[in-house]
Amino acid sequence: MTMELTYAEAARLALDQEMERDPRVWALGEDLGPEGGLAGQYKGLQAKFGPDRIVDTPISESMIMAAGVGAAVAGTRPVVELRFADFAMCAADETVNQAAKIRYMFNGQARVPLVARQAVGMRGGTAAQHSQSTEAWWVHIPGLVVAMPATPRDNHGLLRAAIRCDDPVIYLEHKALWNIKGPVDPDAEPVALGKADRVTRGDDLTLVTWSGMRLECAKAAEALAKQGIGVELIDLRTLWPWDRDMVLDSVARTGRLLIAQEAVKIGGFGAEIAAEAAEALWDKLRAPIRRLGAPRTPVPFSLPLEDACRVTPEQIVSTATEMVASRS
Amino acid sequence: MSPLSNQAARVLSMLRTMQIIREFEEAAGRASYGGEVRGSVHQYVGQEAIAVGVCANLRPTDYISSNHRGHGHSIAKGADPIAMMKELYGKADGTCGGKGGSMHIADFSIGMLGANGVVADGATIAVGAAQAIKVLKQDRVAVAFFGDGAINRGPLMEALNWAKIYSLPMLFVCEHNGYAATTRTADVTAGGGFVARARSFGIEGEEVDGNDLLAVDAATERIVARLRAGGGPGFLFATTYRHHPHNTRDTGNYRTRDEIERWTAADKDPIARTVAWLLAQGVSKAEIAGIESEAKALIESAVAAARAAPLPEPAAAFTDVQDIGAPR
Repeated sequence: MTMELTYAEAARLALDQEMERDPRVWALGEDLGPEGGLAGQYKGLQAKFGPDRIVDTPISESMIMAAGVGAAVAGTRPVVELRFADFAMCAADETVNQAAKIRYMFNGQARVPLVARQAVGMRGGTAAQHSQSTEAWWVHIPGLVVAMPATPRDNHGLLRAAIRCDDPVIYLEHKALWNIKGPVDPDAEPVALGKADRVTRGDDLTLVTWSGMRLECAKAAEALAKQGIGVELIDLRTLWPWDRDMVLDSVARTGRLLIAQEAVKIGGFGAEIAAEAAEALWDKLRAPIRRLGAPRTPVPFSLPLEDACRVTPEQIVSTATEMVASRS
Repeated sequence: MSPLSNQAARVLSMLRTMQIIREFEEAAGRASYGGEVRGSVHQYVGQEAIAVGVCANLRPTDYISSNHRGHGHSIAKGADPIAMMKELYGKADGTCGGKGGSMHIADFSIGMLGANGVVADGATIAVGAAQAIKVLKQDRVAVAFFGDGAINRGPLMEALNWAKIYSLPMLFVCEHNGYAATTRTADVTAGGGFVARARSFGIEGEEVDGNDLLAVDAATERIVARLRAGGGPGFLFATTYRHHPHNTRDTGNYRTRDEIERWTAADKDPIARTVAWLLAQGVSKAEIAGIESEAKALIESAVAAARAAPLPEPAAAFTDVQDIGAPR
């Protein structure tokens, strides 16, 4: 039966269900027990499952991630909470050199079935070390799966899929989404990793996004619809692997591709999508591919400064309008 | 001749393993200098008593992790030297199919969780395996072998704290050969070094002459018994010396001839000392010579097998990256 849950509550439900389902699943990280995590996404789970399965750890990011790696190769399925994606950089070695490579280096003798949860994005005034969108860094590392849910339904569905995945999954939850509500069916099948969500259908322009930017894109698509521009909005949900088929099929039909991301535009994941589309569909494009993303600057604190780094629905609308106006 | 005591029989068996390690390492060094083995090889010659004395107290279900100088630990835990030699030669049926090489030998079937190219990372991973033992309520222990170079890495300090606060069945084995790669560890280490640091976390252990096989064996037996009884983590600090340079690309010219001669002399070398002890117990010279020649023959056959074995197909480079999002 469908219920209304917040994004944080949906993740909490997913972990609860997976821990019920599989005794090998456990979670570790800072402030999980009494506090219940940054946004309550672990609330009550330690009381239910005990301190050996919801483990409060010291502030030791390297060891938090390494414990996940070691425990994963030794037969468990850890959910590793790293709080802010910015802090996950303290565990970059354990993620990149160990988690991502163990299966490969050892020729498949071991798998590393862990989920590394990290909160990304701007939430309003958390400044340069608590606001980054780091997805492109992880996508670049062979061996990792990278998931970024944007709705309560997908946080419930993707987290369960990530926990059941035999490879390490970097699981990026957006801080600005913790309290948004949406329908969640607790009995739904997990959301398949690598499958995008077609949010709206349209014939004039394909708008690709992920994570928190989905909300801005949905507003833009609505405004564009009022102008008579049909937007096909695609939320990738998983960045690696990304749903190339859905995106390229859509672009082949609309002839226009706009990518909107919160992360720094330079070297961002939007560039990969743009390149793939250009290589595969150059003769079907009716306008140049466009990308919107943050300038290559750290995220600043003060509101007007932070706003200067945001991609807004207005920018998406004006860019889309320009692209459609250049109709050939 | 009177029948051997139980201890003499045990030591004879350990000598056999030490001899195999030494022959393996000398052959690996020759193959590296001769250009048959790519990359570099970090030889364990001179330190054999530690791997063998420790692993003699472990079960196949116990875990070990290792570092860049990992051949001795693998053989001591029970890995097949022939498959290992094939791995060094980059062959398809090497322990890791030619994907890992010298620094990434692993054999999960015997609890060998991998050699590791990043200093101290094997230790943090072993702590994670120890935590899995706790989550799964298993009767096992985990052991990490690392050198004195690792004691100045932060993650090792995180690992010591972690093992203690969760009271994990974890043995930290510090092989103090005096050098962090080519730098004298004493020159770059403040305070009382590894032992003082481990004790400051409340971890108890023993300091031994790492070239004294019987001392390593006896100390490990005591510590592992405590681990198995649920006594929490322990350490073994073993002083030793590597006879060869850091690796086969290192000249080793930062060490004096006098220092090398002192440590490789019969009164210091762990194999010569073990042989002397066995002779004093009444083991015949012929039996000792037989062990030496058997080890030589085994490693000669390993080299011959490695030379003759087929190289991997190039397509194998693209397997075991990940299940979804694999290279296409």
